[in-house]
Amino acid sequence: MIRVQSDPFDPWQEVAAYQQQSGSLAGRFGATTVFVGSLRDFSQGRQIREMTLEHYAGMTEKHLEKVSREAMTRWDILDALVIHRYGRLKPADPIVLVAVWSAHRDEAFQACRYLIDELKTRAPFWKNEATDAGQRWVVPD
Amino acid sequence: MNLIQVRYFAGIRERLGRDQELVDAEGIRCASDVWSRVSGALGPVRVLVAINQEYAAMDHPVGPGDEIAFFPPVTGG
Repeated sequence: MIRVQSDPFDPWQEVAAYQQQSGSLAGRFGATTVFVGSLRDFSQGRQIREMTLEHYAGMTEKHLEKVSREAMTRWDILDALVIHRYGRLKPADPIVLVAVWSAHRDEAFQACRYLIDELKTRAPFWKNEATDAGQRWVVPD
Repeated sequence: MNLIQVRYFAGIRERLGRDQELVDAEGIRCASDVWSRVSGALGPVRVLVAINQEYAAMDHPVGPGDEIAFFPPVTGG
């Protein structure tokens, strides 16, 4: 399942809740991998006060659905959960959660890595940092 | 008039001073034709293109009713 939202979320509660609600997972998974990306308070020599994440509503969801489906076909995994924030974020806020459930660890690790890498390089989000020296768009590595 | 819906995001939206507009499809064959018409004096920028919310190349055909978006390299996650 994928979700894009402006409301803050607690990734650990989300993982626990999703696992509990999903009847098809119970007893079948031997591995869960979780990646959480959070907002740092310091970036490229500047103190970060706040960050605004812009996104292309509609395309973002389509893209995340697509890479989720790809991960499900490419690896032998049971399920994947992706949650991504947009809007205004404060330092230490979770930005993104990727969780993958599978029978064995290899598939879960690989699919999780694939999902976060694809998301970072292709999902239409743009970070704008508010620093003590003004605002700036984040440039990819 | 046959129109193409054009959208801009992030730094490109800011530099153009607008987030969307309608462009007459007359004389337009591909994404780069749209970009030449709308980008004006923007100068060289790194720009990515999506047509109907899917990544596309600059030489991808566009026509009336399409939604085309121009944006800088993405920085999510």
